[in-house]
Amino acid sequence: MNMIRKFSLGILITLFLSLSANADKIRIGTEGAYPPWNSKDASGKLIGFEVELAWTLCRYIGQQCEIVEQDWDGMIPALIMRKFDAIMAGMSITDERKKAINFSQGYADEVASLAVMKGSNLEGIQTSEGINLTMKSGAVKKDLKTITGALDGKTVCVQTATIHQNFLESGDVGKVKVRTYKTQDEVNLDLASGRCDVALAAAVAFTDYAEKSGKPVVLVGPTFSGGAFGNGVGVGIRKDDAELLKAFNSAINKARKNGDISRIATKWFGFDASM
Amino acid sequence: MDILAFGNTGWGDELFFATLMTIAVSITAMIIGFCFALIFTPLKLSKNKFLNFIGNSYTTIIRGVPELLVIYLLFFGGSGAVMYVASIFGYNKYIEINAFLTGSFAIGIISGAYSTEVFRGAIQSIDKGQFEASKVLGLKKPVHFFKVIMPQMLRLAVPNLSNVWQITLKDTSLISVTGLVEIMRQSYIAAGSTRDPLFFYSFAAVLYLLLTFLSMKLINKLEIKYRRGY
Amino acid sequence: MDLDLMVSSFPKLLNATLVTLKLLSLSLIFGLILGLFFAILRLNKNIFVNRFSYVYSYIFRGTPLLVQIFIIYFGLGQIEFLRSSFLWIILKEPYWCAIIAFSLNTGAYTSEILRSAFETINKGFIEAGDSLGISKKIIFYKIQIPIAIRQSLPAYGNEIILMLKGTSLASTVTLMDLTGVAKYIISTTFKPIEVFIVAGGIYLFMTFIIHNFIRYLEKKYSY
Repeated sequence: MNMIRKFSLGILITLFLSLSANADKIRIGTEGAYPPWNSKDASGKLIGFEVELAWTLCRYIGQQCEIVEQDWDGMIPALIMRKFDAIMAGMSITDERKKAINFSQGYADEVASLAVMKGSNLEGIQTSEGINLTMKSGAVKKDLKTITGALDGKTVCVQTATIHQNFLESGDVGKVKVRTYKTQDEVNLDLASGRCDVALAAAVAFTDYAEKSGKPVVLVGPTFSGGAFGNGVGVGIRKDDAELLKAFNSAINKARKNGDISRIATKWFGFDASM
Repeated sequence: MDILAFGNTGWGDELFFATLMTIAVSITAMIIGFCFALIFTPLKLSKNKFLNFIGNSYTTIIRGVPELLVIYLLFFGGSGAVMYVASIFGYNKYIEINAFLTGSFAIGIISGAYSTEVFRGAIQSIDKGQFEASKVLGLKKPVHFFKVIMPQMLRLAVPNLSNVWQITLKDTSLISVTGLVEIMRQSYIAAGSTRDPLFFYSFAAVLYLLLTFLSMKLINKLEIKYRRGY
Repeated sequence: MDLDLMVSSFPKLLNATLVTLKLLSLSLIFGLILGLFFAILRLNKNIFVNRFSYVYSYIFRGTPLLVQIFIIYFGLGQIEFLRSSFLWIILKEPYWCAIIAFSLNTGAYTSEILRSAFETINKGFIEAGDSLGISKKIIFYKIQIPIAIRQSLPAYGNEIILMLKGTSLASTVTLMDLTGVAKYIISTTFKPIEVFIVAGGIYLFMTFIIHNFIRYLEKKYSY
């Protein structure tokens, strides 16, 4: 009995210790599986554009921070359940998400693109360079129609709960056979293995993968922005946390003015993705 | 074998610590499970209809719902529930429960349901005459339970508890969804980072096999030691 | 608690339950065949045949189902020559990968259940058959197998329930089973507790039905 008593006491002590820790640190949730935005290196350390930017913003806010890893599919619920206080995970600012949480001003922008393996018959589709879905011009409609035809009967892979999934299910490109994955890494793997005919994600996610894996992944069709693709990537914050929102907004302003965001973005993306 | 190197270039040390984490979570979960079993076994055996209902609900629900759902529910609802209880006692601040405890608790609750069934079976197979013997000797109920029934129950339960241990050990692979870096999570990260899932998941399988193999050896030794009493 | 969400997600989840049941029944059928096959191998006197069956069941019972499904789906998908072989027609589909993983897993447990049932069959039955001049084959199929099935019903009932719960892992390889659809609903509503409670309730109901069905069979075939 004595042993059991000691064990339960030990458990209680650990419980209370974990209650008191991290009281006034800002905890920032990130996925760690979405390079170059955020990922992990071979020593298990979180790296990437947003990880570096998070530390910078914390310095401007003047408070201690802790970066917490969270699977993408539970990112917003975990924020609401107060597992952490802010999201920096390549999360685009969209109206749908705004119903559940607040966003800071955008700190970076990304365009989305379709990708296929070299040799796919989708390689030849003729569209303009990029389309902005907010514009309802004739050229945009024509491109969407071309893409609708090209995607017909194809298995299109995306990461779950992303703007890319929303777009494919919006009806803008007809009825598409969508397959959703937990992480972008998995999408890349199945694109390369041939289980996916085509994939949709941030263009940099594909170019980064192609470069690091040496797999012949090529971007096809236009780059997408606007509409379902949201208005840049921002920090997600709980609705009742107005103070933290203000702190992040002013930190982003300062970081932008001092050129920090551009510098970090160029380091990780190879071009200035800041906004 | 470079990718299994220790240090900053390979995944060896990460996987080693992840294995330790799997062991730590399994043991903690098993102990938490025992605590649950010690509460719920008497309830399940109780003649009181209400207590009996509670005992049965616990084992039925936990064993009837996928482990993944139990873990998700605890992960998302756990701190909410604790905060709710705390607010009844007048504590209204945010309560953080770390990933290790959330994971161990989730697996512990599942493990406890299986342990409860094992204990119940063990107690029911104890000779009825002993209950009467204790009565005749005038032993109080708690004394009877802890000094007469418990030691026998544990001995009878050991073979089946080794099954519960195996289930618990394997179930820890599912708490990777809570972000706790155990074998499965670490393999997942490594597979994503190196783009070599075949190697890392196979390696994870080997690690789990090793753990089940070694722990079974250990349990067999314990069993032999316990049997000596007879 | 968002009761409206619970009500509105119910039909969608019920629909997804069909996928879960399909996965379950196919895996159980293949698993039973595999289990019977490996149980018979286990009883073989040849040490290699015997060991082979033992190793199969040891590996699949000693590792988590999640690892098995990941190796089969993500792992095998990496092997170049598999991708160019006819096997790719099956391995290309997440649906079949899940069924292969589930069948191999439940097959390992089933083989253990059947083996121990075979081993506990009273030698007297076999001797009785023998003395009546019934051939070995007929003894095996008409006496041993039916008794073994009856003996293993309770344990097999448990295995069915474990497998039902196991199918929830299909969602990790993109399948839209009950758990998969629950996660999908959560990804747009951000309310995990409500949706998982409804999904859990559906799983619980299925366990309840299976449990009672097995109890009914046990009573019917009791002797």
